[in-house]
Amino acid sequence: MSKRHSTGGRLLNREKALHFTFNGQKFSGYEGDTLASSLLANDQMLVGRSFKYHRPRGVVAAGAEEPNGLVNMGEGGRFEPNQRVTTTELFDGLTARSQNHWPSLEFDIGVVNSRLARFLPAGFYYKMFIHPRPFWKYIYEPFIRQSAGLGQAPKEPDADTYEHFYHFCDLLIIGGGIAGLQAAKTAAKSGARVMLIEQTGHWGGRAVVDGGMVDGDPVDNYVEQTVAELAALDNVTLRTRMMGAGVYDHGYVLGYEQLRDHLPGSMGPRHRLWRIRAGHIVTATGAIERPLSFAGNDVPGVTLAAAVRDYLVNYGVSIGQRTVVVTNNDDAYRTAFALHDAGLSVPAILDARTGLGKTDMRERAEARGITVMAGHAVASVKGGKRVTGIAVCKQEGAGAVVQEIACDAVAMSGGWSPVVHLWSHCGGKLQWDADHAFFRPDADKAPTGDAGQPFVTVAGAANGALKLADILEDADAGARAAAAQIGHKIRKSKSPVAQREEEAPLEPVWLMPAEAEVKLRSKAWLDYQNDVKVSDVQLAAQEGFESVEHAKRYTTLGMATDQGKLSNINGLAILSDALGRPIPQTGTTTFRPPYTPISMGAIGGEARGEVFQPLRRTPMHDWHAAHGADWEPVGHWRRPYAFVRDGERLKDSVNREVLNTRRNLGLLDASTLGKIIVKGPDAPKFLDMMYTNMMSTLKPGKCRYGLMCSENGFLIDDGVVARLDEQTYLCHTTTGGAERIHQHMEEWLQTEWWDWQVYVANVTEQYAQVAVVGPNARRALEKLGGMDVSKEALGFMEWADGTLGGFKVRAYRISFSGELSYEIAVDASHGLALWEKLMEAGAAFGVMPYGTEALHILRAEKGFIMIGDETDGTVIPQDLGLDWAISKKKEDFLGKRAQARRHMTDPKRWKLVGLETLSGAVIPDGAYAIGEGTNANGQRNVIGRVTSTYYSPTLDRGIAMGLVLYGPDRMGEVISFPGTEGATFKARIVDPVFYDKEGEKQNV
Amino acid sequence: MSEPVAALNGAIFAGGIADVWEVPLQGMITLRGDLANARLTKAVASVLSGKVPQPGRTTITADRGAAWMSPDEILILCAYDEASSTLAALEKALDGFHALVVNVSDARASFRVSGPPAREVMGKLCPVDLSPAAFTSGMFRRTRMAQVPAAFWLCDDDTFQVICFRSHAQYVFDLLSVASQGGSGVGVY
Repeated sequence: MSKRHSTGGRLLNREKALHFTFNGQKFSGYEGDTLASSLLANDQMLVGRSFKYHRPRGVVAAGAEEPNGLVNMGEGGRFEPNQRVTTTELFDGLTARSQNHWPSLEFDIGVVNSRLARFLPAGFYYKMFIHPRPFWKYIYEPFIRQSAGLGQAPKEPDADTYEHFYHFCDLLIIGGGIAGLQAAKTAAKSGARVMLIEQTGHWGGRAVVDGGMVDGDPVDNYVEQTVAELAALDNVTLRTRMMGAGVYDHGYVLGYEQLRDHLPGSMGPRHRLWRIRAGHIVTATGAIERPLSFAGNDVPGVTLAAAVRDYLVNYGVSIGQRTVVVTNNDDAYRTAFALHDAGLSVPAILDARTGLGKTDMRERAEARGITVMAGHAVASVKGGKRVTGIAVCKQEGAGAVVQEIACDAVAMSGGWSPVVHLWSHCGGKLQWDADHAFFRPDADKAPTGDAGQPFVTVAGAANGALKLADILEDADAGARAAAAQIGHKIRKSKSPVAQREEEAPLEPVWLMPAEAEVKLRSKAWLDYQNDVKVSDVQLAAQEGFESVEHAKRYTTLGMATDQGKLSNINGLAILSDALGRPIPQTGTTTFRPPYTPISMGAIGGEARGEVFQPLRRTPMHDWHAAHGADWEPVGHWRRPYAFVRDGERLKDSVNREVLNTRRNLGLLDASTLGKIIVKGPDAPKFLDMMYTNMMSTLKPGKCRYGLMCSENGFLIDDGVVARLDEQTYLCHTTTGGAERIHQHMEEWLQTEWWDWQVYVANVTEQYAQVAVVGPNARRALEKLGGMDVSKEALGFMEWADGTLGGFKVRAYRISFSGELSYEIAVDASHGLALWEKLMEAGAAFGVMPYGTEALHILRAEKGFIMIGDETDGTVIPQDLGLDWAISKKKEDFLGKRAQARRHMTDPKRWKLVGLETLSGAVIPDGAYAIGEGTNANGQRNVIGRVTSTYYSPTLDRGIAMGLVLYGPDRMGEVISFPGTEGATFKARIVDPVFYDKEGEKQNV
Repeated sequence: MSEPVAALNGAIFAGGIADVWEVPLQGMITLRGDLANARLTKAVASVLSGKVPQPGRTTITADRGAAWMSPDEILILCAYDEASSTLAALEKALDGFHALVVNVSDARASFRVSGPPAREVMGKLCPVDLSPAAFTSGMFRRTRMAQVPAAFWLCDDDTFQVICFRSHAQYVFDLLSVASQGGSGVGVY
C-alpha cells in the first residue's frame, strides 16, 4: 500500500489540512500536496483506465511527464478534462473524477478490449474499418466515438478570465532548477534584463530531492540563497508556476502562467499567456527519467525511481512498503537509499547491467544490507490493480524465471533523457550521445535568428549534464555564452563548485529481458497513455513503417496528451532495433509546442464575451438598438438589418420598410460607407488609374459613380466619387471596403507611383451619414431649413455644403434606391442629434428608418449591383453590363490590360440578367441554372447562377439577378433552377431593372 | 447645432487595478506632407508654436501639440472647438504647397488609463515594451491594441492617453476595463 509517513515531506504544511473528493469519495491532504501525492497518501493508487485496453493505471511519475494520472477536474464552469494529478496543486474543495472508465474505475467493462488485445494490434483501425464502406458511418464511427477519448468536454461556459501579457527581455531562462538558477545568477552580472521562469511552484528542481553539496553546503541552502539574491536584483524577473510553452522564430516565446489553478475562484485571471520577445533564450529544462520496458510495467505500483524519491522527500509519501528497484544506471540507487533510510524495505536492486563490477553505489547498497542482483531483470510483474510481486530473470535471455520476489512497488529507471523540446521547437538539432544513451542538443546546430546567429543556448541536464557539479559548470558556461550572443560581457568570477559523486556508466536497456518472447513483449508498455507496446512498434517495423514519423502515426506512439515524454526514446530504440539500424539513423519525431497542453482560455486571452471581437458602432448605434434593430454583421460593423416593431415578423418589417421608402420617406444610417480623401496635383490622374471611369473630367460640386478593379481586371469595389475642389476628391467605398481600398490606394502610391503628388486619408469615421430617401425626402429637408435642396440648386449627382436644421452638413444628391434621395454627412459627434432631428422633421411625411435588407431590395428592384453579391472576385464589370462605366478614352486604368485578355472577352462569360419566376416565387439564393447534357464528371451542365434574389414588396413577386450564359441575348427565354427537395424554379430572363426603368423617380 | 457628443459620453471604469475613462472630444488634425520641408515646418511652427516631432515621438503637453504618425504624417492635437480655425490656419500657411490637412476630431475616441499598474494594463493588450526604461515620456506609439489599431503616449508616469477609431470606442473601453480588473496586476515593472 502507499501511505503517508508521520515525518518528512519538505513541501508540506502539516498544520493545514485540505479536503477534496476523488470519484465522489472524500479524502484529505495537506497544503503543499499535489493531487497525486495526496491520493497516494490515501492509498489511492489506481487513478485511471488506459485509452485502448482500459487497463488499470496508477501514477508513474511525479511531474509534467505523467501519462496515466489524468482526471476530469472541477464542476460546472470550472470543469476541465485531462488535468495531470502530478502537476495539480491541492486546494480545499478540489473535486476530481477519473477518466475513461465505465461504469466505474474499479470495475470497467471496456477491459474486455484488453482480452482482445491480440486482435487489436497497431494499425487495427486502419485495417479493419476500411470495408465495407457504409459500416464506417453507421457502425464503426459511433462505436469508436463512444469508447474513445480521455476526458469529457466541458458543458458550461468557462467561469474564469484569462489574459495575455507582452514582455521583453534580453535573456530568458526557462527552468528554475539549479541550472536555471545558476545561469540567471551568472547572467545577471552582465546587467542584461534577465527573466527566469519555472513551471512548478518551487525553485531548485530535483536537486533538492537528490541532495549533494555546493561550496560545502547542502544544495537546498544554495537554492534558497540564490533565489534570494536574484529576487533582490532589479534586472532580474522571477516567476514560478510559469511554463515555457514554446519557442518560436526571432526569440519569441510563449510563457504559460497558472495564476489561480491552486486558488480557484479568487479574484483575477486564472491563466496568463506571456508573449515574450527575448534577445536570447537559455533552456534549462532538465531531464526526464525513462521507464524500462518489461512485461507488466504498467501495473499500478510500478513507478519511475526518481518519482518514488520525490514522493518520499517532498510529500512524506511512500508508494509501497516493499519496493524492488530495477535499473540500468546508478541514479536509481538513490531511491533505494532514500527508501531504506526511511525505514522501508528494499528486497532487491535488479541492476540489468551485465558487466557491473564493484561500484561505489553497489558498495553503498550492500553496506545497507540491500541485495544487488547484477545482470538481472524483471521477467514479469504480478498483480492486476496493484503490484503483488515480480518474477526475476536474467537480462540476457528470453525471460526464464530464476526467482520471485513479493513486493508492492517497483521503482524503475531506464536512464534519463534531456528535455530537448524547447531547443527543438524552432529548429535546434540533436545528436545521439552513445555513452549516456540519449539525444542531446547539438550546440553547432542551434535555432538561428535573423542574422544566422544562434538564439537558444542549453544549460544543465537539458544539455546532457546530469551530475550536480557538471550542471553548475554547464549553466555558468551557458549563461556566459548566451550573454556574449547579445553583446553582454560577464567578468570572470568564481562559480559555485559542487562535490563530485563517482557514478558507473549506464548500459542501455531497451527491452527487458533482452530476448523477451512475444508474450512478454506484448505486455511491455512503451506509451502508457495511448496503450502502445513493444510488440506494436515491432509490428509496424515488420509492416514496412521505417520512418519514425510513419511508425508514430501508425502505432499512435507519442500522440497522446503527454506527446510521448516517457515513450519517445524507448519507442524509437525498439524501432531501430527492429529495423537493424543505429538509433541516430532513426532519429526522433518532431517536437512541437506547447511543451505540455495549455488551456484554450489562455490562448484566447481577453478575447471572450463582450470583447471576443471588436464590434464597430456608428454614432446612431444605440438609437437603432432601442428601436428594434435586428442586427446584421457587415465587416466588423453591426448594421440594422431591419427595425422590427412589436408583433412584427422580420420579413414583414423589411417589406414595410421597402414600401414606406418607395411611398413616403425612409432613413438609412449610411455612416459605415467608406470615405477616403484623395488630394494633390496628381489626384485626377491617380483616380483615373484607380477607377475604370474618367474621374479627371468630373467638375467640382459633382458626383460620379465609379468602379474599381484589381490589376487582374476583377471588380473589387464601387461607390460615388465627389470632387471637392480641383485637387481634392472624396471617394465613397463599400462598408467592408473602406480599409481595404485605402490600403490599395496607399500601396499603389507607395510602390508604383511614388513620385505622384497625391495624399490619401481615410475619414470614414469623421462623418455620420444619413440617407434621406423617398418621394418626401426634399420636403423633410426643407422642413429642417437651411440650405437650398431644390432640384435647381442641388441637382441629381451633385453635392453642396451648407446647414440643415442648424447642423453643418454636406448634402449629396445620390441614390441607391431609385428614389429621390439625399445623403447628409455631418461630423460624427452630431450624428445622433441629426438623425433624431430628421426623424422628428420626417414625422409629418411618414418617415421610417430602414435597414440593410430593405436597402438590398430597393437596389435590386432597380438592378443596381452589390459588391459581394454580383461580384465574387471572378467577375469583371463587363460581365455585369457595366460597359458604360468603363472609359474607352483613357490610355490606362487598373484592370484595363487584364480585361483585354482572351478569357475576359470570351462571349461565353456568364452575363448579368434579371430573372422573373413564372410562378412569382423567390428562387433560392445561389441556385444554379441547368442546361443540356452532362460534363466530364457526369454532372448536369450549368448555364448560370443566381447572384441576388428577393421578394419584391413593390412588385409583389420574386425578383432575382443572375449571371447566365449568353444571358443578355436570351431575353424572354425561360430557364430552370433546381431548388432543394425536388423543387424546380422556372424563370424568365428579363432586363435587370425591374422598377422605374427610365429613372424618373430619382431625378425629380 | 447640437452639443457634440463623444463616442461613449464620458464612460468611466474604476475599482480595478487602474482607472479608465473616456476623455472629452479632442481637436485632431491629420497633416500629411514632406515633414522635412521648410514650408511645412514653418507652417507647423507658426500655427502650433512648436516643432514637427521626431519619429516615434510627440510634443503633446496639456492636450496640445503634435505626434509623429509616419514618415509623411503627423497628428495635431488642439482644443475641439479650435479644430476648424487651426485647420484653416494650416491650410492658409500651406497654400500652394502639396500637403493634406484634414479634420479627424470626430473620427476618434480618447481614453486615459491611470494608476501605478497602467503600464501593465497596456502591456496586456499592446505588443510594446512598456517597461519604464523602454517607454518614456515624450514617446508616441502607433500599434495594435488586441484586435484594433490604436496609438498612445504618456501623460505622466502613471497615465497613458490612448486614441482609437470612434467606432471601436466601446471595444477599446471594454478591453481596458477587462485588462484593469481587480487581482490582475502583473507585478513585473
